[in-house]
Amino acid sequence: MFAYEFMNNALVAAAIVAVVSGIVGYFLVMRGQTFAGHALSHIGFAGATGAGLIGLAPIWGLLGFTLVAGIVMGALSERISNRDVAIGIVLALALGFGLLFLHYYTSFATQATALLFGNVLAVDRPTIALLAVLGAITLVALGIIMRPLIFASLQPELAAAKGVPLRFVSTAFLAIVALAVSACAQIVGVLLVFTLMVGPPAAAQRLVTGLWGGLGLSALFALIEAVLGLLLAYRTDWPVSFCIALLSALVYFVCLAVPRRARRHAH
Amino acid sequence: MNAVELDRATLKLGDHLVLVDASFAVRGGEFIGVLGPNGAGKTTLMRALLGLIPVSSGSVRVLGRQPHCGDRVIGYLPQVRTVLPDLRVRGLDFIASSLDGERWGLPGISRAGRAEIDAALGAIGAHELARRPLSEMSGGERQRLLLAQALIGSPKLLLLDEPLISLDQRHQEVVIDVVKKVCRERGITVLFSAHELNQLLGTLDRVLYLGNKKAVLGTVEEVVTAPVLSKLYGTDIDVVRANGHIFVMSRGRDVERTDHLHDHHAHNHDHRHHN
Repeated sequence: MFAYEFMNNALVAAAIVAVVSGIVGYFLVMRGQTFAGHALSHIGFAGATGAGLIGLAPIWGLLGFTLVAGIVMGALSERISNRDVAIGIVLALALGFGLLFLHYYTSFATQATALLFGNVLAVDRPTIALLAVLGAITLVALGIIMRPLIFASLQPELAAAKGVPLRFVSTAFLAIVALAVSACAQIVGVLLVFTLMVGPPAAAQRLVTGLWGGLGLSALFALIEAVLGLLLAYRTDWPVSFCIALLSALVYFVCLAVPRRARRHAH
Repeated sequence: MNAVELDRATLKLGDHLVLVDASFAVRGGEFIGVLGPNGAGKTTLMRALLGLIPVSSGSVRVLGRQPHCGDRVIGYLPQVRTVLPDLRVRGLDFIASSLDGERWGLPGISRAGRAEIDAALGAIGAHELARRPLSEMSGGERQRLLLAQALIGSPKLLLLDEPLISLDQRHQEVVIDVVKKVCRERGITVLFSAHELNQLLGTLDRVLYLGNKKAVLGTVEEVVTAPVLSKLYGTDIDVVRANGHIFVMSRGRDVERTDHLHDHHAHNHDHRHHN
């Protein structure tokens, strides 16, 4: 299996993306902004197909659109999670535009499935390099804002009183999410970014309540799901994204079923 | 030096006047009960003391200085406590997030920070909350955790915005007793806002009553009287004293309990800002 270069490339790309997704996703879950993350990926779809229309590689359209959308969302409100309806409508509109762009650039249509559901087996070396750079930028930026991000996520009123620039922090965070979503979509597609960005952190938070433990476990879950998903796909000839989605759901529901420690304080 | 001093201060939320020409002075170490109908500006006043809302006119001094964001001598327990229902974060990590939480970079607590958290939790008898996730805490436990957090950094002034809300009688008493004990020991000035006066009667030094864009500070005997409160509520108020309790009544109803008064006078109150 490792004799095939496409398989090696896929494993390396999936590993990079999984770790970044697991870590960024942890904060998405902590802030209750998972829906915003989902929406960013759909907006990215319009960007990717639009890029195709004007002769650019889809990744640049994906990156550009998600980044702008993330910054706009962050600037409009510090509590995006409460704007489900607005986000949902923009999400649907973005998918609609994606369809329109495909309609006018029919030769691009073969790539639509790859964009929507991912095509990790087609990843080449330059793409791996791009993913590594994207991942590094994402993690470094997250590291810079992590401390005020956690404070602002857990206690926004107090954070404001202590001088944390809430709007800047939430905008920067959504820009980071946009980068992670763009990377993640290369592996599992825009429709399935939840499998790596939400499933693993949500599962990890069921098991571990400490910050670093939770972050580590989230990244580990994402890594295991991505790599095992690839191996499972290799064995069964099922689509890779299906295998990763399956494992992600499996891990989440198993963690959900782990009984909480008996509540010691009933009051 | 006065802990809090307003001199003909006017506070606005947008175009809406909340306090007009308010003047009063809170002395260092006093325990002040902050009362008044919904929308009277209790939260707005605290946010102004924190430097989150600019003063429109007049002057506001906190411990002799202009209010400014990030003032470390103020401990704050906000009223709108956004706790996501499924937040599985340990009490320790929750408090730790507020220690130097405004600095950039990776999170982490120093040995000294850890000791401060332990000391604060110890002061209110809540050591066991450090290890438990927030999602499994009762309202009373969360409130004690937040109170411990507000005590970190040895504040000189504590702003507690409705710390008794959604607590049962027993936990309300626990919170009041803890605040009273810790603040008396350390000489901390406390502004404690509440809906009901009676629970605080044995604890407070003076009462700050807000209403009708005005503020009156004085002893309970001076302030909680029919003429003063009628002015603040903008309607006829009776004050009934019975068995060591005080009831503030309007047309036969206890306004603190029913809280219906603001419906009769909606034009006086700011509904964008729940108090």
